[in-house]
Amino acid sequence: MARFLADSGEFLPILLQGLWLTILVTAGSLALSTLLGLIWALMRVSGVGPLQGLAKGIVNVIRGIPIIVQLFYIYFVMPELGVTLTALQAAIIGLGLAYSAYQAENFRAGIEAIDKGQIEASESLGMGWALMMRRVVLPQAVRIILPPYGNTMIMMLKDSSQASTITVAELALKGSLVAASTFKYTTVFTLVAALYLVMSIPLILLVGWLERRMQGGRR
Amino acid sequence: MIELNDVRKRFGANEVLRGITAEIGRGEVVCIIGPSGSGKSTVLRCINGLEEHDGGSIRVDGVHVDRHSPTIRQVRAELAMVFQRFNLFPHRTALENVIEGPIYVKNAKRDEATARGRELLARVGLAGKADAYPSELSGGQMQRVAIARALAMQPKAILFDEPTSALDPELVGEVLAVMRLLAEEGMTMLVVTHEIHFAREVADRVLFLDHGTIIEQGPAREVLSRPQHARTQEFLRRILKPI
Repeated sequence: MARFLADSGEFLPILLQGLWLTILVTAGSLALSTLLGLIWALMRVSGVGPLQGLAKGIVNVIRGIPIIVQLFYIYFVMPELGVTLTALQAAIIGLGLAYSAYQAENFRAGIEAIDKGQIEASESLGMGWALMMRRVVLPQAVRIILPPYGNTMIMMLKDSSQASTITVAELALKGSLVAASTFKYTTVFTLVAALYLVMSIPLILLVGWLERRMQGGRR
Repeated sequence: MIELNDVRKRFGANEVLRGITAEIGRGEVVCIIGPSGSGKSTVLRCINGLEEHDGGSIRVDGVHVDRHSPTIRQVRAELAMVFQRFNLFPHRTALENVIEGPIYVKNAKRDEATARGRELLARVGLAGKADAYPSELSGGQMQRVAIARALAMQPKAILFDEPTSALDPELVGEVLAVMRLLAEEGMTMLVVTHEIHFAREVADRVLFLDHGTIIEQGPAREVLSRPQHARTQEFLRRILKPI
């Protein structure tokens, strides 16, 4: 145990560098996937045929390709097309794009769950589509969207480790590098697992709280 | 004010409106009655473009109603609508529901809209409920908020789509009382309703609809007291003396 604590004191600063990159990748790709997901979802519910078809196509293509292949594509193929990205940028874009498809499906389900009467009331007040979305539909859809959104956040936190495949030295990769050079596999990976849990458990509790709140009366 | 000329509408194979021609003048209160499925609500919904009519024409204050034309927002700003199921915004308080349209559609100043919104809530007897959410209100209160929300748009006419049909019987009276007040103040109203007594006392004219056509129309007392058409007679007999 004393051994473990001493080693931890030595490894933790290095692992924390990785943790910082994990947070960067997660936060960046979460923001990007939310933005893109909202765009795809709004295209899907726009009622404009070509936009709906395009969004559906984009979502299906993204969903049909493994995240790791999307990361490779952006990091290794894009430079050949003249777009060079740092590993971190590529990771954020790749994960953001990959997850935008799931975000879009969640957002769309939330939007479509809103009572048609709300749309008619907005229309009868003379609201245009954008105003109706902003003032009536989205504020109500958020309540439906939030619990699954929290789950997506947890998955993204864990999937940020896939950025290691394109050389981003985030927590998981940092851990395996330290372990490989010190042979202290138990200590290192216990620490890595604990660090992930420290980040994900608050999120898990948050999702549980949101779900309970959803089941309460509507406000 | 509202002119319908040979308006037709079908849902698939089902022809819901088979040539409706009618005119509602400024300040008039017109009730549309008829059995369910006769197309009453569809007429209203076509007038403000919530539904698209397939044939004929509808004009509101001279403007053609076309759901896909930019002018539809102008039409809707002049015609307020009150729904059977209220359709209040559940995430906003009573007052916020009332001032939503004025602030975001008509670009009114927030403090002016708020002052007017409070006045309107007082007028429908809900001065004390400004900060209540719809979920905290009874059906009758919700419908009165919906009427205040309609009035806040300063419409030239209000369309009522079975405004009391979703209410518990003891709550119907409070909503009808507000509507009666509006009628007395000269508001142009087109009301789809099953409340025959209300129609008799408040409406100037009644249209009786059956299977998508106007079977009979005329001054309210006349049509409701001495219906000429057999189907009107039968409908009134059934609705006034249930079982």
